[in-house]
Amino acid sequence: GTQVKDVVIKSDAPSALLLDKHADYIAAYGSKKDDYEYTLSEYLRMSGIYWGLTVMDLMGQLTRMNQQEISDFIKSCQHDCGGVSASIGHDPHVLYTLSAVQILSLYDNVNVLDVDKVVEYVRGLQQEDGSFAGDKWGEIDTRFSFCAVATLALLGRLDAINMDKAVEFVLSCMNFDGGFGCRPGSESHAGQIYCCTGFLSIAGQLHQVNADLLGWWLCERQLPSGGLNGRPEKLPDVCYSWWVLASLKIIGRIHWIDKSKLRSFILACQDEETGGFADRPGDMVDPFHTLFGVAGLSLLGEGQIKDVNPVLCMPEDVLERLGLHPDLLSYSTPLVPAAIVFNRSSSSMS
Amino acid sequence: MTSMSAITQTSDLTNKAALIPLATERPAYYRMSGIEETSNVSSEFQEERSEEEVEEEIGYEDPFRYVFYRDRKEWADLEPVPQDDGPNPVVKIAYSDKFTDVYDYFRALLKNDEKSDRALLLTAEAIELNAANYTVWHYRRVLLQALEKDLREEMRYITAIIEDQPKNYQVWHHRRMVVEWLNDPSEELEFIAEILSQDAKNYHAWQHRQWVIKEYKLWDSELEYVEQLLEEDVRNNSAWNQRHYIISHTTGYSDPAILNREVQYSLKQIKKAPHNESVWNYLKGILQDLGLSSHPGLLEQILELKETHCSPYLLGFLVDIYEDFLENTLEHHEEVLSKALELCELLAREKDTIRREYWSYVGRSLQTKYGSSDSSTTTSAPGSDSGSVHQETPCSS
Repeated sequence: GTQVKDVVIKSDAPSALLLDKHADYIAAYGSKKDDYEYTLSEYLRMSGIYWGLTVMDLMGQLTRMNQQEISDFIKSCQHDCGGVSASIGHDPHVLYTLSAVQILSLYDNVNVLDVDKVVEYVRGLQQEDGSFAGDKWGEIDTRFSFCAVATLALLGRLDAINMDKAVEFVLSCMNFDGGFGCRPGSESHAGQIYCCTGFLSIAGQLHQVNADLLGWWLCERQLPSGGLNGRPEKLPDVCYSWWVLASLKIIGRIHWIDKSKLRSFILACQDEETGGFADRPGDMVDPFHTLFGVAGLSLLGEGQIKDVNPVLCMPEDVLERLGLHPDLLSYSTPLVPAAIVFNRSSSSMS
Repeated sequence: MTSMSAITQTSDLTNKAALIPLATERPAYYRMSGIEETSNVSSEFQEERSEEEVEEEIGYEDPFRYVFYRDRKEWADLEPVPQDDGPNPVVKIAYSDKFTDVYDYFRALLKNDEKSDRALLLTAEAIELNAANYTVWHYRRVLLQALEKDLREEMRYITAIIEDQPKNYQVWHHRRMVVEWLNDPSEELEFIAEILSQDAKNYHAWQHRQWVIKEYKLWDSELEYVEQLLEEDVRNNSAWNQRHYIISHTTGYSDPAILNREVQYSLKQIKKAPHNESVWNYLKGILQDLGLSSHPGLLEQILELKETHCSPYLLGFLVDIYEDFLENTLEHHEEVLSKALELCELLAREKDTIRREYWSYVGRSLQTKYGSSDSSTTTSAPGSDSGSVHQETPCSS
């Protein structure tokens, strides 16, 4: 048959974690001259800020960012309808509403926004079938179901929506392979799976997932290079190291991934000169992949990085402060019948 | 200032565009791309010509005569609005002049809530520069409705845009809205097929296709289309997903003849390319409700394939069949369990080592569920690391 689609990691690829370089990269992002990419990404600026701040916090470097400026910016991005836009002069959208609430949660300052109006905005996006639109133009996607409940969870207002219907819709997006797509019938995709398992975690409905079947599909994402792809026959990408890994963590099967091979892949995606992570080794870096590379390493147990919450992709200590503990499935199959365990003198239960 | 009167109707531009040798079928305004000239040159020309002639010029591909909006007399009534970046840079960012110019004027239009043809033209330019900017698309739709524009023209426009940038949420959502407004899906299947011919796994294209088919009940020839795609690339996961989608929504899998047809089709594809994740996931997917071991003759066919077309997927599938058998029958447990465990060990140790933890788990689960209670299980568990049988390792340890 044909070759497996994968990358080959060169022997001189980075193998040590360069956290200081990444912190410097993020701290300086957007302040360079001629940064066309920064301009072009204005339409997602709120998410860009969330990615930057979160990765800085995970690296213990949040104080290098300008909290006041960011808070003022967010305030000016909330519209009359309650929703938040990506940037000034853009229209509100649930994606950027979530990012804004996540950022303010990092700073323990959600009241910069009119919280009641945010809740109203999110509530208003729910459709009759339980799904969520992204904004008033009506695009439906399970990503938006996740954004809606994540936003409300952070604000302590999950009661604002019809949770049963919301769950019903997400479950209707479960496919024959155990995965989830963006709408009913859509192909399973790691990004959508992250959103749906995250959603079900927040909704307290993880038991509805076929964890073994989905876990198998997810660990099949790992390629010989150690990297993870997002669906069959695709190239590995460091951001899938987050979407896939976080999903596995949520459903209690993270150890089905070869961790050391994945770690090597993620480290190889670093750029030793500029700092930051790229989608795959040798490519150009950006804040998005930098966050997900660092967050992936956190899930793998990297000591120098703070623990990241797999459902909300935020530092655990922030959620601790908020009293948020989204469900995670544990490894539920008894591995040894209880009778045998308790009869053994030297227990192998560690 | 007669700014409004100087605005040439879109149709005029299109007609005149036909006279220019370089013009193509795309709307004239779409042709204003990638042209950057110093404003000295353009304003020189501008002074010598009438407003109308300048407008004409702007519509056509004449690379040496691009005029910035800030230099166009008919836009002089608008005060451009510079970008407000918020938390930003001490140092001023230098963008491309053209980008700045277009977006300064876009922001001005938004601010004034202007609904005009010139605004519509400008959204096209803004989109050309950044098709992911969802606010521009919103505004364009508002304009299309407010100005009651020809939606067929808009279909041609969005067709061209998608062909150029097919991996973008906004362009596909926009197309969907136009199709809905027109209530006309007649071009869709062909158009999407064209896009898929460039990238057969384009996630957005497939979503749009599924929507069109379901909304307008265009199921009839889709299975044929899927088969054609699978002929071209049997590993196309999107096509396998679509196969499941079509059959689920039409005949379903409950008819044994249909189920068997699909099983045999899958086995045929496996012979062509044994290392194919998708077909194995599909096969398992369609059989799992009834039970893998219940399908007549399947085990035999798989065992036959094992000799000539083996793969880790095949071995894993065998484990699944054996597991289903153990779940649903009371006989031959020891024999079947032993075979299943052997396979798990083979997969963990040799055939699919990167997933050894998974195979180890499967083996242990089977042992636990179906093994006899007095056998010492843990030490023979395949692939288990130093016999540790703990709960999920908290990864921060």
